[in-house]
Amino acid sequence: MRISHYALRINFAAAGALIFIAVFADFLTPFDPYVQDLEGALTPPNSTNLLGTDRYGRDVLSRVIVGSQTTLCASLILLAVISSVGSLIGAICGFRGGRLDIFLMRLSDVFLAFPQMVFAIAAAGALGGGLLNAAAALAIIGWPKYARISRSLVLSIRSMPYFDAAKMAGSSSTTILFKHVLPNIAGTIFVTAALDIGTIIMELAGLSFLGLGAMPPTAEWGAMMNNGRSMLQTAPWVILAPGTAIFITVATFNLLGDKLRDFLSGEKV
Amino acid sequence: MKKYFLSRLIQLVPIFFGITFLTFGMMQFTSDDAVDIIYEQAGSVAEEIKAAKRAELGLDQPFLIQYGRWLGGVLTGDMGRSFISGKLVFETFTEKLPATFELMFVSILLTIFIATPLGILSAVNQNRPLDYLIRGLSFVGNSMPNFFCGLLLIYFLALKLNLLPIIGQSVVMPALTLTIAMGAKYTRQIRAVVLEELDKPYVTGARSRGVDELTILTKSVLRSTLIVIITLLALSIGSLLGGTAIVETIFMWDGVGKMAVDAILMRDYPLIQAYVVWMAIIYVLVNLAADLLYHWLDPRVQLGIRN
Repeated sequence: MRISHYALRINFAAAGALIFIAVFADFLTPFDPYVQDLEGALTPPNSTNLLGTDRYGRDVLSRVIVGSQTTLCASLILLAVISSVGSLIGAICGFRGGRLDIFLMRLSDVFLAFPQMVFAIAAAGALGGGLLNAAAALAIIGWPKYARISRSLVLSIRSMPYFDAAKMAGSSSTTILFKHVLPNIAGTIFVTAALDIGTIIMELAGLSFLGLGAMPPTAEWGAMMNNGRSMLQTAPWVILAPGTAIFITVATFNLLGDKLRDFLSGEKV
Repeated sequence: MKKYFLSRLIQLVPIFFGITFLTFGMMQFTSDDAVDIIYEQAGSVAEEIKAAKRAELGLDQPFLIQYGRWLGGVLTGDMGRSFISGKLVFETFTEKLPATFELMFVSILLTIFIATPLGILSAVNQNRPLDYLIRGLSFVGNSMPNFFCGLLLIYFLALKLNLLPIIGQSVVMPALTLTIAMGAKYTRQIRAVVLEELDKPYVTGARSRGVDELTILTKSVLRSTLIVIITLLALSIGSLLGGTAIVETIFMWDGVGKMAVDAILMRDYPLIQAYVVWMAIIYVLVNLAADLLYHWLDPRVQLGIRN
């Protein structure tokens, strides 16, 4: 158990470092990520431009750093919204029951019947592209999962003695929901969300890669890779840098999610 | 079994209406006017002609009537014409579908033949170097977005080593790209399933009777995990269907995924609708088939209840 505590801490530190880079990206870039220098276009990695330059002569390292802001921050905010809204809907469904419950759960059935990325691609396209619309598309298809999980958790809480006790003590429904029900499902929802971070990052970057997310000249990892696609042979660094950035970020958060789940489930047993 | 099958089919009816309604409604939310897109190339067109075209396409009708007509089209295979090419949507879609199915089929086969042995090997060698290696590889595959994976394969296999043709003809590279992501997840799941099975009393019993490990694995463990393996595979069809859109675009594979991405960039809404609705229907049907197979293979599972 000691070792896993240790590993968990390292993991948290790594994820924290990535978030730090994302938040303070503007101060960390060696060059302005948006300034073009056509004469220095497609320079291979060297001592000045550590990761080379892209076809407009922009510094790839600076763009990768600023891109972390777009990709990582957008993904984390999106996930926070999906998981909290989704679980609130699910909690209300489980708590209230009745027609509202039946309606919302049938609705979530329909959303869950779509392959996630197929729906997201079409929705992002229909909404007209852009990072915000791509995020909205992922949110529309993403909430039912959390609603389902939180509903089933709430249903099991409803049969607990403390739930009846709170009710008999005369607490209002809102008090019970926010003071007793939601805090008790928060842990599971948090772990589920942590395990989803990697997927969301890949999906958001994937939409940008297809030209349905962040629009040029915004520095975003998926969009940067889309830009570099035609130059794979002559300037592979334009793709390798943001691709590796996505991989490292996703790997870090996947590992964190795994560890967190093992840690919390180990503690509960 | 028959009763269960029927009840599952009846459950699909509202799902079907929901899927079609959402797909149709989604495209109605766009700010683009279909007739404007059709006449985009023609330059300025008189409003009367546009109005006549609207009436011809039924776009002046109320939403629900339009939906009803479109729904009838989905069922009869008459989904209108593409805004851009003017070809019949359903024909274009069915023309491209075999290529996507081929890609999916090869990826699934590759996944089964690579991930199943790896998962079992990993479980049998639990916490030994081989297990760590396989787990490490599957972790890497799991954290790699498929578009990056595809581009890396192109770069190394085609451009650097000249092993495979880059684009178009060969199914190998796009299938390999999809296999890496799917196989990584699948290896992990199979490892977990086999580990769980190896922990059961009957395995201990067989071991104490002196049955050798290989026989236990192939005769008992693999057979009882087969059901889970099939179910997991069916569940991964969803992400596979989404993955084909990206991978087909990278490798210029002429399937429905690339068709859909092109259609979205051209705002060719009838094609997108056809793609979304049929992918969802295929996904639902595959899940139904997996569910039925699950019950047929394992009668212990109480009909109608799934964890």
